[in-house]
Amino acid sequence: MQNEVKLAGFGGQGIMLMGKILAHAAMEQGFEVVWIPSYGPEMRGGTAYCTVVVSDRPIGSPIIKNPRHLIAMNRPSLEKFAPTVKPGGVIFINGSLIDIDSGRDDVDELVVPIIEIAKELGNVRTANIVALAAFVARSGMVDFERLKESVKEEFKRKEKLIPLNLKALEAGRKAAQGK
Amino acid sequence: MSKILMKGNEAIGEAAIRAGCLNYFAYPITPQSEVAEYLSRRMPEVGGVFLQGESEVAVSYMIFGAAACGERVFTTSSSPGISLMSEGISYIAGAQCPAVFVNIMRGGPGLGGILPSQADYLQATKGIGHGDFRMLVLAPASVQEAVEMVMMAFPLAEKYRNPVMILGDGLIGQMMEPVEFHDDLKVAPSNKDDWATNGMDTRGSDRRNLVKSLYLDPEELNAHNLHLKAKYEQMAREDVRYEAYNTDGDYEALIVSYGTMSRVCRTAIDMLKQEGVEVGMIRPQTVFPYPETAVREAAEKKSCKKVFAIEMNMGQMLEDVQRAVCGLRPVEWFGKCGGEVPTPEEVIDVVRPA
Repeated sequence: MQNEVKLAGFGGQGIMLMGKILAHAAMEQGFEVVWIPSYGPEMRGGTAYCTVVVSDRPIGSPIIKNPRHLIAMNRPSLEKFAPTVKPGGVIFINGSLIDIDSGRDDVDELVVPIIEIAKELGNVRTANIVALAAFVARSGMVDFERLKESVKEEFKRKEKLIPLNLKALEAGRKAAQGK
Repeated sequence: MSKILMKGNEAIGEAAIRAGCLNYFAYPITPQSEVAEYLSRRMPEVGGVFLQGESEVAVSYMIFGAAACGERVFTTSSSPGISLMSEGISYIAGAQCPAVFVNIMRGGPGLGGILPSQADYLQATKGIGHGDFRMLVLAPASVQEAVEMVMMAFPLAEKYRNPVMILGDGLIGQMMEPVEFHDDLKVAPSNKDDWATNGMDTRGSDRRNLVKSLYLDPEELNAHNLHLKAKYEQMAREDVRYEAYNTDGDYEALIVSYGTMSRVCRTAIDMLKQEGVEVGMIRPQTVFPYPETAVREAAEKKSCKKVFAIEMNMGQMLEDVQRAVCGLRPVEWFGKCGGEVPTPEEVIDVVRPA
C-alpha cells in the first residue's frame, strides 16, 4: 500500500518543514518514505511544494503525478493540484487564505482556518503545524502519536517552542474532528 | 544504528566523513550546494577541512595536491562545474592519484537547467578530460545507495590509484530518504608510501616519491598508457556492479536503466506485472566499467524480444547497450531531458508489447 501527499503553498509558509515532519513520523512508524522538494529558483513569496511518499514496500518512482492527498496552503496551489488528486483522497484547504472549494465531489475536503487558530494560540507561525495535524487526523496517513514525537524531535534544539507546537497539534486535530 | 531521514546531498557529505575523508574542497552549484553547506559545519567538528575554491578549476588542483600527498580527498559539483574540473581530473588520472568526484547532474548543454538529468553519461564514462583515460563511475539509485557508493568509492580510488566518480541526478541530491550508516571505513590507504609525496620522514624512507603526469619520452608515455589501460581492464574484470530486477522467469522485453530513471522503470515493471506482462531490468550500478555481459545475457533470453535503453538524456547509454547486445535483439531508446522525468505510464506505453 502506497500513499502520497502533495504539500503546496507560498514560500515561507513552512511547506518543506511540514513535509519533513510527516516523512519523519512515517519513517519512525516503519514505512519506506521519500520526501521530494520542488527545487527550482524559489524565493520567499514564490510557490513552493514538496511531495511525501509513504509505502510498506520499497518506493519505485519518486515522481508522483496523481497523489492520493493534497494540502493546499494557498489558492493557486488548490487550483493547480486539486484536479490531480486521486478519488477518495483528502484535500486539505487553508480556509484562512482560500475562498473557493476544490470543485471535486469524489474527495474528502477539509477546510480549516489555520491562521485564525494559530493566532488564538498566540503565534501565527504555528499555522503550518495546525494544518499538518488536521490533515493527519483526517487522513490517518501516520499515527497521531508518531506525529507528536516527530514534532518534538524537530524542535529539540528550540525546546521552548515544543509546548506551543504541541498545542497547535491538538488544535489542528480538534478542527479536523469538527470540535 | 537506526535510520535517519536525510537529504541525498547531506548524506553524501556524511558518508565521506565516515569513509575517513577529512579533506573537502568545493565550489557551490545547484543542485548539490547542500553538500558544502553540510560539510562547512561538519568538517570542523571532526577535525577536517572544508575550503571553498575560487573556481572549479582551482578546486580540481586542490584535490590533486591533497591526493598527491596521499590524503583522502573529495569534491562535489554539478555538470558545468564538473566540466571546469575536467582538466584537473585528467592530470590526476595521468599522475595516478586517488580522488573521488561527485557529479549531481543537471540538464544541459551549456548552463542548461537545474532539474534532474542524466546528461553527463558520455562525459563521465567515455572521456571526461583530454588524454587517454577512464574513471570508475558509480550510479546510485537511492540516498542509501549514494551513501554506500561514497563509502566504497574511496577504497576503489585507492585500489586503482585513479579518480572515481559518483554520478547522480538532481533528485538523488535533493530528495530525503531514510538512511543507515553502517560501520565507518577504518582502513587507511595501504599503498600510499610507495608513491605519495607524504614526506620521507613520515614514511621513514630515503627514497624520493615523484607525482607527475609529464612523460616527454614517447616510449615511456606509451608504456605509461599501457599500464593505465591494464587498470581499466582490471576494473572490468573485478569491479563491475549491477542489479537484475524481475529477470528470474521469462520476460518479453528487457529494460536497461540506471539512477532515478531505474526507479521509475521498476514501478512500470510492477504495474505491467499486474496486467500479466513480464518485463525484466538490468540496472548498471557501475556505468564504467559497464556490465555488458549481464546486459547481453539478459537480452539473449529466449522470451525477450526487445531491449530498451531508458535514460534522462537523448540516448547516451544507448550506445553501450547496443554494444553489449551485439545486434542479437533490437535495441530502442526512450528518454526525456531538461528536468522532465518520464512517468511510469510513459515507460509502459513504450515497452508494452504491441
